[in-house]
Amino acid sequence: MALLTASLAACASDDGGSDDGTVELTIATFNEFGYEDLIEEWNADNPDIQVTQKKVGTWDDAKENLYTKLASGSGLSDIEAIEGDAMPAIMAESDAFVDLTDSELDGRWLDWKAEAATNGDGQMIGYATDAGPEGICYRSDLLKKAGMPTERDEVAKLWTTWDDYFAEGEKFVAAVPGTAWYDSSQGTSQAMLNQVANPFESDDNTIDVENPELKEVWEAVTGNVNLSTRLSQWGDDWIASFQNDGFATMACPGWMLGVVEGNAKGVEGWDFADVFPGGGGNWGGSFLTVPSQSEHPEEAKEFAAWITAPEQQVRAFEAIGAFPSQVDALDAPEVLEASNAFFNDAPVGEILASRAEAITVQPYKGPKYSDILQAFQAAVTRVDDGSNEPDESWRTFLSDVEQLG
Amino acid sequence: MSQRASTAVRAGQGSDPLPGPGAPDGRVRLTLRQRLSRWDAKFSPYLYVSPFFVVFLLVGLFPLAYTAYVSLYEWNLIGGQGDYIGLENYRRVLENPYFLKSVVNTFSIFVLSSIPQIVIALALAGLLNAPLRGRSFWRMGVLVPFVVAPVAVAIIFGNLFGDRYGVFNEMLGWIGVGPIQWHVDRLASHVAIATMVNWRWTGYNALILLAAMQAVPRELYESAALDGAGRIRQFFSVTVPMIRPTLLFVIVTSTIGGLQIFAEPRLFDETMARNGGSDRQFSTVTMLVYDFGWRLRDLGKASATAWLLFLIVVAIALLNYALTRRLTGQGEKR
Repeated sequence: MALLTASLAACASDDGGSDDGTVELTIATFNEFGYEDLIEEWNADNPDIQVTQKKVGTWDDAKENLYTKLASGSGLSDIEAIEGDAMPAIMAESDAFVDLTDSELDGRWLDWKAEAATNGDGQMIGYATDAGPEGICYRSDLLKKAGMPTERDEVAKLWTTWDDYFAEGEKFVAAVPGTAWYDSSQGTSQAMLNQVANPFESDDNTIDVENPELKEVWEAVTGNVNLSTRLSQWGDDWIASFQNDGFATMACPGWMLGVVEGNAKGVEGWDFADVFPGGGGNWGGSFLTVPSQSEHPEEAKEFAAWITAPEQQVRAFEAIGAFPSQVDALDAPEVLEASNAFFNDAPVGEILASRAEAITVQPYKGPKYSDILQAFQAAVTRVDDGSNEPDESWRTFLSDVEQLG
Repeated sequence: MSQRASTAVRAGQGSDPLPGPGAPDGRVRLTLRQRLSRWDAKFSPYLYVSPFFVVFLLVGLFPLAYTAYVSLYEWNLIGGQGDYIGLENYRRVLENPYFLKSVVNTFSIFVLSSIPQIVIALALAGLLNAPLRGRSFWRMGVLVPFVVAPVAVAIIFGNLFGDRYGVFNEMLGWIGVGPIQWHVDRLASHVAIATMVNWRWTGYNALILLAAMQAVPRELYESAALDGAGRIRQFFSVTVPMIRPTLLFVIVTSTIGGLQIFAEPRLFDETMARNGGSDRQFSTVTMLVYDFGWRLRDLGKASATAWLLFLIVVAIALLNYALTRRLTGQGEKR
């Protein structure tokens, strides 16, 4: 046993550094962060701190890896990216993360972003990367087929409320059979949840999933499954649906633009409208944390501070559309004047900035938010894929939440 | 029998007091060298087999006992050990609606995979045992699926079994069969997962059975042929009875593997939580262990589930053992 532990320890220290004094850092990200070029640049400028990126597909996979290795006390990267919705749960484990508080960085982030990463003791646990103001991505060619307006200014006038959005959807699916109105019920429900002040938990962290606002979201999403592809968001079929005219519109936070472009490679007709049903909404936006188990917390902190600086996040925005959460980056010309060729040269910077301004509600997210959200999405999926009637699925959701304790 | 008798004789010799001069108590005083050599004969065999048992103790028995210990406590993945709560975790698991569902799923996938797997492996081994041109090529060929990593298998089969844009549904469409909801329909999802398992393990089992077939004495086939038995008759009346012990070995190992299935259903899952479908249509017991331990971060409940699975596997293994003894017993009588 001792031998086993020793050899494991030897492995662990191998990737921490090498004999010539170079510090080797790893950064674990999920989905797309747009960091590839930035890391290359850092490595060229900092020969003594070399960074490697580890990417996984989705946050849910990253989360399991994170918790497994937090529990075992080793194996995490020096820098771990955390999805915004999970930050409250991460802060409940503050001891396992390095306090990144740095007075020099005061005022770098939007207030609500900085607050979301600061725990009860005033320690900043994570550096915010991006924010997720949402617009609507749409296929202008498919809207044209349905005889609907296709110009992004006209599209933006079509729906300001969710009722309008669903009503337009009914018209669309009647005109274009075989193509859904939106990409997934999960995406739509998440967009709606992000406009609710207390979706799952009250301000004192009491779980309350039987509130009228949540019920409203539930009924809207499960009552309109005919408008959805009925596919699981992020699944193989969902990815394939981008190439098969699977749907016409979807809720698009900035970071989603890169996902759409990647999945819909070669498909023409995508555009991005400056509108969101029910007002503004923020979906996601991540944080970089440094686990205490890192052997080089100082260097990791330095790198995390560098890559989340406004200048770098502007470049990440240019790479994949992740909208910066740094105050100075918001009026950077590179952001405001940015357009995206894939989305019919839409002025994505200007649109996302306007979408960010429209955000009026920051939902309260307690430590169980991420777990309850997962159960909620499963409940939506059960109705979507036809395995349950809505009432039955809702009951299962309630019992799942009870299991969370 | 002879083995046991000789041990008894040797043991008798060792303890028999031999009368001799210079030993008032009736014992012969042995030199150190003699004593060492006696110990050597007595204990060395145990020493030689000990590495296996030491390793087993470390990686088998210790985790087993520790899991039992953890299952009696409130135990958070991050927070660690909490209060002693006795069998409460077991009660919670047994009351959880997903437990029974997972047990049923596990058995269903196990039956759908093990039975076709062994039947096809047997047929395949029979074919490979026949004189073929390029024998090595065919024999290695059946092992290729086994070499492919399960993750790659899952990606390939994920594309084949897509609910909407999958290859199989496309092909079913040509013959007018409606699309099958591979990830939603409970039985269909079990069939899809069993296919993945079979694809991976059939060739491997076929090679083990083939090795056993090669050891069957040729004379038996000659006499069978003289008695007028055709190839098929020879296979069922000579080959199959002769390889029965190996066949049982394959059945036992595939049972144990089948009951612990994890990677295939988990990777097959398209939902974000990866719990085995939105309604746990294909959640298995090991997936539930993972769900409790790593998603809900309750190691106490995860350990209790793991122990329940262990008991199920032991029960099935005992059943297999009884079956093995009966069947091989018959084999000896013949």
